[in-house]
Amino acid sequence: MPFVPHTDEDVAAMLGAIGVATIDDLFDEIPRELRIGELAAIPAGMAEMDITRLMQARARADGQPLCFIGAGAYDHHIPAAVWQIASRGEFYSAYTPYQAEASQGTLQLLYEFQSMMTALTALDVSNASLYDGASALAEAVLMAVRANRKTKSHRVLVPRALHPAYRRVLRGIVESQGIEVIEAPFDRQGGQTPVAALDALVGDGGFAAIVINQPNFFGVIEDVDVLTDWAHAQGALAIAVVNPIALALLKAPGEWGAAGPERGADIACGEAQPLGMPLSSGGPYAGFLCCKKDLMRQMPGRIVGRTLDLEGKPGFTLTLQAREQHIRRGKATSNICTNQGLLVTAATIHLALLGTAGLERVAAACHANTRRLAALLCEIPGVEPRFDRPMFHEQVLRLPAPTADLLHALAAHGVLGGFDLGPDYPELDPALLVCATELRTEEEMQRYVTTLARVIAARTQAKCPVEPKI
Amino acid sequence: MGLIGPATSCDPRSTPPNRNKPHMLIHEQSRPGRRAAAQAPLYSAEVSDIPVSARRVAPLVLPEVSELQAVRHYTRLSQKNFSIDTHFYPLGSCTMKYNPRACNTLAMLPGFLARHPAAPDSHGQGLLACLFELQEMLKEVTGMHAVSLAPSAGAQGEFAGVAMIRAYHRARNDGARTEILVPDAAHGTNPASAVMCGFVAREIPTGPNGDVDIAALREAVGPQTAGIMLTNPSTVGVFDRNIQEIAGIVHAAGGLLYYDGANLNAILGKVRPGDMGFDVIHMNLHKTFSTPHGGGGPGAGPVGVSKRLEPFLPVPLVVQDGDDYRWVSEHERPQSIGRLTAFGGNMGILLRAYVYARMLGREGMKRVSEFSTLNANYLMARLKAAGFDAAYPQRRASHEFIITMKRETKELGVNAMDFAKRLLDYGFHAPTTYFPLLVPECLLIEPTETETKEELDDFVAALVAIREEARTNPELVKGAPHTMPVRRLDDVRAARQLDLAWRSTANCT
Repeated sequence: MPFVPHTDEDVAAMLGAIGVATIDDLFDEIPRELRIGELAAIPAGMAEMDITRLMQARARADGQPLCFIGAGAYDHHIPAAVWQIASRGEFYSAYTPYQAEASQGTLQLLYEFQSMMTALTALDVSNASLYDGASALAEAVLMAVRANRKTKSHRVLVPRALHPAYRRVLRGIVESQGIEVIEAPFDRQGGQTPVAALDALVGDGGFAAIVINQPNFFGVIEDVDVLTDWAHAQGALAIAVVNPIALALLKAPGEWGAAGPERGADIACGEAQPLGMPLSSGGPYAGFLCCKKDLMRQMPGRIVGRTLDLEGKPGFTLTLQAREQHIRRGKATSNICTNQGLLVTAATIHLALLGTAGLERVAAACHANTRRLAALLCEIPGVEPRFDRPMFHEQVLRLPAPTADLLHALAAHGVLGGFDLGPDYPELDPALLVCATELRTEEEMQRYVTTLARVIAARTQAKCPVEPKI
Repeated sequence: MGLIGPATSCDPRSTPPNRNKPHMLIHEQSRPGRRAAAQAPLYSAEVSDIPVSARRVAPLVLPEVSELQAVRHYTRLSQKNFSIDTHFYPLGSCTMKYNPRACNTLAMLPGFLARHPAAPDSHGQGLLACLFELQEMLKEVTGMHAVSLAPSAGAQGEFAGVAMIRAYHRARNDGARTEILVPDAAHGTNPASAVMCGFVAREIPTGPNGDVDIAALREAVGPQTAGIMLTNPSTVGVFDRNIQEIAGIVHAAGGLLYYDGANLNAILGKVRPGDMGFDVIHMNLHKTFSTPHGGGGPGAGPVGVSKRLEPFLPVPLVVQDGDDYRWVSEHERPQSIGRLTAFGGNMGILLRAYVYARMLGREGMKRVSEFSTLNANYLMARLKAAGFDAAYPQRRASHEFIITMKRETKELGVNAMDFAKRLLDYGFHAPTTYFPLLVPECLLIEPTETETKEELDDFVAALVAIREEARTNPELVKGAPHTMPVRRLDDVRAARQLDLAWRSTANCT
């Protein structure tokens, strides 16, 4: 029997010790009419070799196309050691470190992760992860609304130039608690969120928090100092949504804004996927959440602290648990229990292997590759940059034909050409968001450019909307 | 040190002298200029187009170590953990069963790992086929009408489930339903999820036999009742025999029934939440479907619903169109409660659950509940016979049960936490302690179906030996653990003198 070790002798001895005749007798408190027979719609079991054959065929069917999509999930190199260590049974098959003395490995690693994230964001405190970047933003907003006693507002301002899926997740999670999400427009020329447009949105209620996205969804670099100062001038908290790789080069959230006691974003969150997590169709990834220390008691999720044992030796344990659902129940800061521990394991090992210089090189290579790709693509007639402001590691291009048609034709040639902005931003259509990480070679970029040029040329010649043959 | 039990590796005399020395942080092993050079690009690209005003100012201080240092450090850290692979881990309510290695290997095939979440469905038919079939199998084994795989963990499944209850009442213009009923034995996530969805959580007491107090339930329901959240078998380790009556009472009041699938392992293939009358459920695939717990996640918490809640399911969903599979998103599902994460869920975990479900098959699923229940009842019977007090001795155990150390605490001065910590010295992870809150000095024990009889017998022998130690040398037990990398940790100090991150200069205070 797969995964069940019992011999017939074991079963007989165990039933004897319990004092029943059959295993079925152990279910005799369940009303008989509720018991079911055969699970007809579930197939019979498979041997490991058979499921292996099936899964290999299916993984092959998905292929490995050449990927120029970013849009919140990035195809980075993952050092071989990362998942070899993260897959060790001692990490893989442990659980939340409730018994600290028997979980020092996981606990110390989480403390190191917290240390790395606070270094990246230049903030005081990090938790031990949330589900992903979007749900981390929702938790950041809930945290800000609870913490902001200045404005007591239940409104938050979110840039339209924030990832559309993040905005959807945010609304879905916070609106049931009576929080209103207001969108700030972006500049049609530059793609940035102009601070001048924000004053008109303040109204009577003010804002509990302003979300600032660096770089924004279009890859455009926002004027984070001005936005942070504007937030603080309104009595609102500043919530940074940042890419951890970008923080190797871009100003850390804790450094945003003018010098002074309020300096810096109050909360920073984002997606940790670029730190050692495979694309994997969208998950599992991990959200991170950092804050200034005066907000830490509003922080959701696990937090690890360093302490001493009864002999005075240093050790690690879960702390500030009075925030959490297993202690506070309905009064907890969040309902979160299980988070993304194994992904944090990978992220921590990943950052330890790259170090400061390695992370800077990855960030710079992604940025330079995307800049190169965009320049090459813009040599194709009709393709041009959509925005004129500085970008980081992702760029929006205007196209000479409907984006979906071009992407479809490219995919048929094994090239995933980018993210179609049309459905979420009809005002930009036809527009494409492209990204070339450090993994994309000059040859691969040339292949993309050649294929796109041929697809566009074939369309122009055919002058008809049907898919061209090339 | 006195008696240490059977000669095992937990005997401190067999511990090498360096094994338990404090382990330096990776940051403390860092030396400026040293790094794992092979892991990053070989060149520094030029980035002068990034405006100076947007550049990082403060130096970024990350560890600078060699590849070997990193590998050795994290390998050695891993060895400071108890895990299913290394130890019996009877953590009640967490279903710490064996995680088959094939599930990991097959979910990490390159074709699955490399796929971008925004890749077109045409380049994801293999993945989508697995997910669709998983949805179908989960529907069948829970008796629900439809399933969404979107939630990332049990608590997110709870949020989604309660949000659907809210959406359902709103769609019927029934805005008066502001309360969610939650038994006092429920997981803390239940009331927390209800509150996150804008409800008030109202507690219902548990009766002396472990079932929900029906009279109290009748008192509590009314036009303000949006629903009830139940775990069945409950967290006290018994199947609520009155479940049909409970369903009748709540439904008659206009409320819906939410099933917390934390204990689904106990009834898999035997009874289905849908048949018990539940309208919405979540499943913890990291429990029942054996995906890894990973030191605290990732999980996966799919939700299942009855027909009337189907329009509200979170997106994305997988559907089959002829021979093809495709994602369905919010555009096609206007009443959906929406999206819970940016990219739709923990796909890699869902693939692991799929592989596990296919390996089990329909017969294997029944064996899960049968043998987890057999193991729990056997362990309870052995512990009762050895003189320990079961919290509900007159009841059958489900896949887990509670023993209470109330008597030992009073007579020997050694409490449930002391027993738990001493178990670590014997090479067993402790059961869940002090939960559920209504049973004093409790240990919630869940052996799971993948453990052998010998392992269970050894666990009984350890508890008996610890009780004997408590009689002859209580300080030994109260000072436990003695053989872990650290002795008992000072939680009060941890919370008062906060040290939450390493700093190159000073620590956060």
